[in-house]
Amino acid sequence: MDRIPILKLGDALLVTIQVDMHDRLATALEEDLTSKIVAFGAKGVLIDISALEIVDSFIGRMLDNIAAVSRILDAETVVVGMRPAVAITLVELGLSLSGVKTALNVERGMALIKSRLEEFDADDED
Amino acid sequence: MPTTRTDRLEIRSSDDVVKVRQQTRVMAIEAGLSLVDQTKIITAASELARNTLDYGGGGELRLEVVEDVGRRGLRLTFEDSGPGIADIQQAMKDGFTTGSGLGLGLGGAKRLSNEFSINSKPGAGTKITIGRWKS
Repeated sequence: MDRIPILKLGDALLVTIQVDMHDRLATALEEDLTSKIVAFGAKGVLIDISALEIVDSFIGRMLDNIAAVSRILDAETVVVGMRPAVAITLVELGLSLSGVKTALNVERGMALIKSRLEEFDADDED
Repeated sequence: MPTTRTDRLEIRSSDDVVKVRQQTRVMAIEAGLSLVDQTKIITAASELARNTLDYGGGGELRLEVVEDVGRRGLRLTFEDSGPGIADIQQAMKDGFTTGSGLGLGLGGAKRLSNEFSINSKPGAGTKITIGRWKS
């Protein structure tokens, strides 16, 4: 079965979705990600969707699920690279992805995760 | 209304939903739709194809590039012979679902289309037609 590769990038994991997602692939990704978050002690998950031409409610729900499970495992999910036409369509569809943080690109997403880590470090020093 | 090209696709599996998106894209480009309009109708097609599969037990999609006086666009007709919808008004509401989805499919597909019609009766299957016109 196909699997979506998950790369380790500092304290975060990077997933680049490049193929048309179907059900089995989405389920496999959720499972792979959660086990890698635990294995690497990752504090963040970056999901790059810049290659996706559409995001429907199925993919939207997958992103929401990943964010929710990651949060429970103490990792922040940031969805990056959404195309403008996809954003317009998502809002009209009625999906606001309210449970998911977003950033324009991988660099900004990484910065978001780093700033969260620094906040934690600052808290520890208190 | 003259149809310049017609295509048909079976919707029997999750992989067919992927094929629906791909073929809708090809026909939307042929119809001359803008990138945003393409994205909208592909997304609507993806929602409806999944409904056909999950609630209609599979079915068929007819794709037509249509041309009328002064307008051109893409029309999609999803048809299944599943259990049908008892209360269409309720099914159109956001958040209503009898399955495990988000309940955005029908209402969302309508919002993403310029034209929308639904025909369904319990026991008689469901037929949904959407259209997106070149703006």
